[in-house]
Amino acid sequence: MNASIRAAFEDGAKTIVLNYVNGQRYIGTGLHGRDLRIEVHGTPGQDMAMFMDGPTLEVFGNAQDGVGNTMNSGKVIVHGSAGDVLGYGMRGGKVFIKGDVGYRVGIHMKAYEDLRPIMVCGGKARDFFGEYMAGGLLVLLGLNSRLEGPLVGGYLGTGMHGGTIYIRGEVEPWQCGKEVGVFSADETDMAELTPVLKEYCEDMGLDLDEVLSVPFTKLVPVSHRPYGKLYTYL
Amino acid sequence: MPTSLIQPEFLVEIDYDKCHKCGRCVQQCGWGVYSFNERPFPDDSKCRACHRCVTYCPAHCIKIKKNDLALRDNANWSPELRKNVWRQAESGGVMLTGMGNDKPYLKIFDHLVLDACQVTNPSIDPLREPMELRTYLGRKPDSVGVESNGKGGYKLKDGGGVSNNIKLDTPIIFSPMSYGSVSLNVHKSLAMAAERLGILMNTGEGGLHADLYPYGKNVIVQVASGRFGVSPEYLNRGAAIEIKVGQGAKPGIGGHLPGEKINKEVSTTRMIPQGSDAISPAPHHDIYSIEDLRQLIYSLKEASGYKPVGVKIAAVHNVGAIASGIVRAGADYVYLDGFSGGTGAAPAIIRDHVGIPLEIAIAVVDQRLRDEGIRNQASIIAAGSIRSSADAAKAIALGADVVAIGSASLMALGCHLCQGCHTGCCSWGLTTQKPELTRRVDPEWGAERLTNLVNAWSHELQEILGALGVNAVESLRGSRERLRAVGLDQQTCEILGVKPAGL
Repeated sequence: MNASIRAAFEDGAKTIVLNYVNGQRYIGTGLHGRDLRIEVHGTPGQDMAMFMDGPTLEVFGNAQDGVGNTMNSGKVIVHGSAGDVLGYGMRGGKVFIKGDVGYRVGIHMKAYEDLRPIMVCGGKARDFFGEYMAGGLLVLLGLNSRLEGPLVGGYLGTGMHGGTIYIRGEVEPWQCGKEVGVFSADETDMAELTPVLKEYCEDMGLDLDEVLSVPFTKLVPVSHRPYGKLYTYL
Repeated sequence: MPTSLIQPEFLVEIDYDKCHKCGRCVQQCGWGVYSFNERPFPDDSKCRACHRCVTYCPAHCIKIKKNDLALRDNANWSPELRKNVWRQAESGGVMLTGMGNDKPYLKIFDHLVLDACQVTNPSIDPLREPMELRTYLGRKPDSVGVESNGKGGYKLKDGGGVSNNIKLDTPIIFSPMSYGSVSLNVHKSLAMAAERLGILMNTGEGGLHADLYPYGKNVIVQVASGRFGVSPEYLNRGAAIEIKVGQGAKPGIGGHLPGEKINKEVSTTRMIPQGSDAISPAPHHDIYSIEDLRQLIYSLKEASGYKPVGVKIAAVHNVGAIASGIVRAGADYVYLDGFSGGTGAAPAIIRDHVGIPLEIAIAVVDQRLRDEGIRNQASIIAAGSIRSSADAAKAIALGADVVAIGSASLMALGCHLCQGCHTGCCSWGLTTQKPELTRRVDPEWGAERLTNLVNAWSHELQEILGALGVNAVESLRGSRERLRAVGLDQQTCEILGVKPAGL
């Protein structure tokens, strides 16, 4: 299927609609081109949009693991929930998930020059959210979740040395890694966050005022050299 | 506050009668040993015995000696152990070190000898007869179909499965060393040499600098857990893609390039901001099982138009089962890195005490893949202190397809094994990013020395093959009957599949 997708784009197609998708892997993997668009109806398989550079991918359904793995640029919109390891090592582009997400989401996201990855998760998240995060913006909203338990699991931002995490609501100290500082989002922070949330709400058909009705918590790394003092050079 | 308890390891002696007082030693030393006040004054405590000053002193008046300061003999507490306790008591940190394991573990290669032909079958003179070192890296098909080429000859049928293989003119390639840990000029030397030799260099996990793009068909691009510099373009530049799971010097340990080494160029190549730590976590967070590994292998193939994808692992126990999983997950080659493997920086305690010898790993992996009938599905690259062409021949006889050399290739460029790579002060300009030091390696000069080294080893390999009475390296691979063990215990012999000498 991916070979046909690539061939279609090479033949000049700009939009591809995939119906009855059921677990097919690597959709959009390695694709590049800013004006390309894929619409997925069904449940795509793992590593969707891995290494993707430019295209827009919209999923009407749930997604599995590894969405946006090491993605360079482009946009993924999932009108459902998604699995584990989303946006691993993601360097740029946007990943918007409407529902819940699993474990290890946003791990090692990084920024580079004008590339700044943005991921917004609408529901709840499990453990290791934003672990080793090195750059970019990671947002968790906790809206309409189907999951039991807290808004986000433990090990939040463990080993974080760059970027910013925003959580709609509050987090407990036990949930956070010792490398993060926890603050209430102030007006400057909200000025940074609001345009992203506005775009997210437009894509998802949500009410921005409702999303903004709860105060946000901001997590940033204490140091961009978390392991700077771990070693001896004697 | 008392001064340090650690005494200098070396003494720098200058014969001031001969000294020209030119100050070249001051200029050459990357470690800041010398100060100059009418004549050079060394600070012994900073010397690492890298011999840069000795080599470049026009008056040959510098001597570096071991500091033979007497410490009471104690079989339990070696001087090194004592010094390490003092060091850590002073700093409270994890001790880092460069290069490979230097502990006196049994070096199995040195206890294996190669067979030679005598009267029952003749040896071959490689000077007069053709001797084939060409090796193909990658997955081989289960069966090969041929068809007539219409001119009385035969050709491989299309889709024979070998088209994806990488042709190597000799079974020696360069080990992964990242740009960041080594300088750009080292990478250029390696790439130019690889192109001339018809072999491969490997980017390590630091990305591929744009200057090296023209050498793409001689480059393996590595994908490690930090995903530094990994983009679709990068994947498409290389001849093959390698997933680094582990490395011999520090199995199970991630990478950490300190922020000080991330200058503008390194930052561009790794695609990370300047000055921030480049942390490569120990695990790939998208690999928690063989199924996940398969997932990543095929993602990389999807993103690169189905290029060969290899997996690099450290030699650890049960490596046979691990390699079998890797091959079944679709890898085109398995890269085995033994515990003597080098590194730019590893915690010394891990480097010296974790992992198993390469020789054992090659033997058990080759045997396991043969037993399972999947040996043809992947090539084996062996690395981790391949010190000579004899080591290479023995590794191949134990079952490797190709050997990779890292430390040896740096030594070809001047490295004196002073083990200070992690400090970024390398006087030879190899493991540093300081411009005044990196320019000491001229890529053209480096490429020539690397080409000489690999050519010399290749000639020696041909001589060894001739002595064994075979005319292709293909015939040596996994041919353990051609090896005998001297001074190895029975169980080690059994694991290696090698008979003791005399049998």
